[in-house]
Amino acid sequence: MNSGSRLIEICQLERTYVVGAEKVRALRGVDLSIRTNEYVAVMGHSGSGKSTLMNILGCLDRADKGDYLLNGINTTRMSEGQLAHVRNRQIGFVFQSFELMGRLSALKNVELPLIYSDISFWKRRRMAREALERVGLGERIHHKPNQLSGGEKQRVAVARALVNQPSLLLADEPTGNLDTATSDGIMLLFEKLYREGQTIIMVTHEVDIAVRARRIVRMRDGQIISDLPTEKDPARPLRDGEQIGGER
Amino acid sequence: MTALLMFPLFLFRLVLQSAALALSQIWVNKTRSILTTLGIIIGVSSVSAVIAAMEGMNRKILENFEMFGTRKIFIWPEQPSSGPQKNAPTWQLRFEAKHFEGLLEHCPSVEFISLIANAGRVPGRYMNRTVDSVSVTGVDASWFKIENRPIVFGRPFSMLDESQGRYVCIITAQLRDKLQMDRDCSGQIIQLGINSYLVAGVVEDKPNTGMMFGGSDDPMEAYIPYTTAAKLVRMPWIRVMASCRDSTVADEARAEIRFFLRRTRGLRPGEPDNFGVFLMENEVRQFKEVMGMITLVAAGVVSISLLVGGVGIMNIMLVSVSERTREIGLRKAVGARPSAILTQFLVEAVVLCMIGGLIGVGFGHLLASVIANSAPLMEQTQIPAWAIAVSFGFSAFVGVVFGMFPAIKAARLNPIEALRHE
Ligand SMILES: Nc1ncnc2c1ncn2[C@@H]1O[C@H](COP(=O)(O)OP(=O)(O)OP(=O)(O)O)[C@@H](O)[C@H]1O
Ligand SMILES: [Mg+2]
Repeated sequence: MNSGSRLIEICQLERTYVVGAEKVRALRGVDLSIRTNEYVAVMGHSGSGKSTLMNILGCLDRADKGDYLLNGINTTRMSEGQLAHVRNRQIGFVFQSFELMGRLSALKNVELPLIYSDISFWKRRRMAREALERVGLGERIHHKPNQLSGGEKQRVAVARALVNQPSLLLADEPTGNLDTATSDGIMLLFEKLYREGQTIIMVTHEVDIAVRARRIVRMRDGQIISDLPTEKDPARPLRDGEQIGGER
Repeated sequence: MTALLMFPLFLFRLVLQSAALALSQIWVNKTRSILTTLGIIIGVSSVSAVIAAMEGMNRKILENFEMFGTRKIFIWPEQPSSGPQKNAPTWQLRFEAKHFEGLLEHCPSVEFISLIANAGRVPGRYMNRTVDSVSVTGVDASWFKIENRPIVFGRPFSMLDESQGRYVCIITAQLRDKLQMDRDCSGQIIQLGINSYLVAGVVEDKPNTGMMFGGSDDPMEAYIPYTTAAKLVRMPWIRVMASCRDSTVADEARAEIRFFLRRTRGLRPGEPDNFGVFLMENEVRQFKEVMGMITLVAAGVVSISLLVGGVGIMNIMLVSVSERTREIGLRKAVGARPSAILTQFLVEAVVLCMIGGLIGVGFGHLLASVIANSAPLMEQTQIPAWAIAVSFGFSAFVGVVFGMFPAIKAARLNPIEALRHE
């Protein structure tokens, strides 16, 4: 399972927010290593630092201390422009609230990252269309976000995250705004992407969602308290005949 | 090497993309955009209209100067500002013909010179037709060249006419018609006062130089050689008119004339001039200077309204940045560099200003045509091409200056905070 090369390597990561005189230590020394083509769920109570970690992994934010190596390259001392380039080429980010631009069609929304990659107009069109087909929205490319259902919106957002073939797909509570049935659709999509070789890290509160991943990282108070393959995690689905609390 | 070639291409594409984006953004907020650019519109239209009016007036007046002759030099006796002759009666200072003998040989920058003496107003008669009052003026043959009054029939004064003081005259076309003479009446005899004159030629009437130099005040004119006039009038009051070879040597011509006259009028070194030399060219130059300054000041004052327009642009761009904070956050999250965001908002401000400039030039054109129809002095009012270019350039500049702050603000937004906005 851990046959891929090392994609993410973080070491003693710390992040402290300063609000007025108060300091909030959102991350207090996090170590984590993720290989290519892993499928990781991050769980934890509200305020445990999951989003903070995801933002740093997505190069949207910087750590105060510690190192973050992405594909072997240290991002800690990169300039704004270099970080933007990394976000553009290596990372696809899916937000809980979709973050689609209401004025633009699905196709235009998906094209957005390509605009900043210096790719010609026609190639952009083709790549965006392919990404939409990949998430199963080939028929809806000209719809505006307000003409799409919640699940469809999130698919557009996933297509946008995938359009530049990033090495890492990050999703912060991708199903947080969706009902169970729709969430299931998104999870099936993630499963498909994972099988196609995509590395995925997602944050979720729901056990049902988390167990779809192959590895579960649990956080509490800015630290990782457990990091286990799904079948060893306490949250794993009960196997037939197994009892709650029973060991082996 | 390829990177060097690629960079401008990349920049060009970035600007083009930003421009397209800006246009769509402006289109979404049509009403707001138009209201915002109102300041620019008013600024540009007034700047271009003012420049047009000034330019039109300038051109019209210069044309008048041109018609009047910019190479002319006027010379007259004048009380000096100091010295024993300070309060001398003017008859003591009067010119005599001998003061000017040989002037042309000594003043290489002077092309023509002519003495002028009035020989009074007399009745004119041809056969049984009469004219009450004809003004008779003694001039040299070159006077017609200085004044640019072509002789349309007959001939100019000859050397013999001048040296012998013959009774010949050149009359205006109006006088000829009034006396009902043939169109080419040269060789005929007319009576002016008590003397009979042979008509040597017919000169064109004085051109109408418009409001500036007075029109043709008295078209009933006859010109006789100066030497003839000197015989008729004892101690004539002599005025002198000359012309320089080219308007660029006007100053040299004046210096040469002054040097020459000081000698012929026996002025010692240190004594002030007792005559004046007046250059038309000087007048033109001064006029141009003053006009240029007025244009500049007027345009400057009016362009303050452009700055006010710029503040409006800045305001709306700030509103736009805060309205679109989430969009900016998203763009950054998907990989927009700060420079790309900066370009986007800067180009938007510039495009907004340029649209204002375009509409402004249109309005300015309308204004200019209204001004052009308002007075004959203004009839040449028209926005010159350079003013259009300047207006555009200036509004783009205003866009850059006033768009810079909001654009920097947008470019420096933190992506997460921006995404969390609202
Ligand atoms: N921008 C910020 N400024 C100040 N404090 C912040 C900021 N963002 C997060 N925090 C604090 O950092 C801690 C971790 O927040 P974070 O958003 O990472 O939690 P989370 O695990 O994602 O929670 P949730 O499950 O509710 O999304 C919290 O205590 C939060 O209050
Ligand atoms: Mg969170």
